Amino acid sequence: MEHITLLIGIVIITALVFDFTNGFHDTANAMATTISTGALRPKTAVAMSAVLNLVGAFLSVEVAKTISGGIVDESGIQPEVIFAGLVGAIVWNLLTWLVGLPSSSSHALYGGLIGATLFSAGSSAVHVDVVMMKVLIPAVAAPLVAGLAAMAATRLTYRLTEKRDERDTAKGYRAGQIASAALVSLAHGTNDAQKTMGVMTLALITGGVLDPDAGPPFWVITSAGVAIALGTYLGGWRIIRTMGKGLTDIQPPQGFSAQTGAATVILASSHLGFGLSTTQVCSGAIMGSGLGRKGGVVRWSTATRMFIAWGLTLPAAGLVAGAAALLAGQGDWGVTAVAVLALAAGFAIWKKSRRQPVDHTNVNTPDIPAQRTSGSEGLQDEPAGVVTAAVQAVSPPPAGPAAAQVSGQATDRSEPAGTSEPADKPADKPADKPANKPADKAAAV
Amino acid sequence: MDIDWAALGQVFGVSLVVTVAIVGLFTVGIVGTSRKPQPDSGSTAPGAAPAPAARAGAYACFALCAAAVAYGIYLIVA
Repeated sequence: MEHITLLIGIVIITALVFDFTNGFHDTANAMATTISTGALRPKTAVAMSAVLNLVGAFLSVEVAKTISGGIVDESGIQPEVIFAGLVGAIVWNLLTWLVGLPSSSSHALYGGLIGATLFSAGSSAVHVDVVMMKVLIPAVAAPLVAGLAAMAATRLTYRLTEKRDERDTAKGYRAGQIASAALVSLAHGTNDAQKTMGVMTLALITGGVLDPDAGPPFWVITSAGVAIALGTYLGGWRIIRTMGKGLTDIQPPQGFSAQTGAATVILASSHLGFGLSTTQVCSGAIMGSGLGRKGGVVRWSTATRMFIAWGLTLPAAGLVAGAAALLAGQGDWGVTAVAVLALAAGFAIWKKSRRQPVDHTNVNTPDIPAQRTSGSEGLQDEPAGVVTAAVQAVSPPPAGPAAAQVSGQATDRSEPAGTSEPADKPADKPADKPANKPADKAAAV
Repeated sequence: MDIDWAALGQVFGVSLVVTVAIVGLFTVGIVGTSRKPQPDSGSTAPGAAPAPAARAGAYACFALCAAAVAYGIYLIVA
């Protein structure tokens, strides 16, 4: 760890921050169904997932040699470009977390790198055909493959246990579900922590700290593993709620089928060389299990917003990253400005999230209208206007009659509420007390 | 543009077969270790514990599932 310039240091810290957001964004993949079926208590679930992510980070030594998998030409890539790409990915991860939508962290990273490269090196450095192959086709294929597998498995398991008492079988299903979820967590730690290690190693190589052929130093592996584990332990409760309760209602047999299907698809796809996004596989499997149960429903309105978010991930992260690349290209003050703006955006998003906190206490209580308000009026101080508009388009609209009422008020009164209400007061209190709930809502509306 | 349809098809087929097989096996295991239906809901013996043969078969199913998980871990590590 000798002679690391300030810029390389900033890139490494940003990469770790991305790793952290990646962790809490993707906790839902492994643990959403486990939490919503009650197989594990919420805190236990995220703790287990965090440990397995950490273990996974150390399991494989084969660090991704290319951080973008050939999507952009990395031969002459500058640390500023990596930095801008990471900033774009982080901002998109935080925004989708705020509105509680699962979206692929890898695609956000790809989008950020594409945007930053486009604005700094031009379109020739982006390989469009690889983008199709690695991002667009898998985005369509993943939910279909995982969904069909989970649906078939759900049908089969319900048929086989038709004559058995549900209370009798639930224990077995929960045990199986925990095993599948553990496998997903482990695979996630291996894949995604590796990605960050690849970014950090590349930055160290471009900075001349490491030889071009060098593997990641031990401190890189450790810090990447710890960052993703901490993020996982923090838990992206908003996304867990959407995946565990928002897409469909999950019973233990469905949770088991969905999680097993997701684990199988993730391992099969990475092993057979057709990489699929973990997030998209897990969302697809959950929807499939929803369709597979007799009388099960998939909330297509939530699913549609999720699909739109997937479609926006690449361009939105790319736009933020592109703007960041332009600014960072101006020199040291530009890099500083990007860092300050990114911190401000992150803080603003976190502040907004405190208005309608979602944590382990209320993760299993669907409260979609609350998300609506935080999503639609909550993003106004976000610097990137395009992304704000984009997120508004995908933020969950109200569901059910009560929600319609709330949203009616929201449109009428959003203006004064945003400026005059003491927003922080109710948000600081835990939201699990029923008595606090109306107050919370009133403040947000 | 070069889409690797063969790999995609393989992923599709393998995922479908393996998922259904493992979920099926595990479910057979659950059925084998759970009690038979209660007297009011079926004609079989009242609330009987599973027969030893069924129990053994169920454990074999669970063992196969455990093997699948072990293979999964092997794939992650390798």
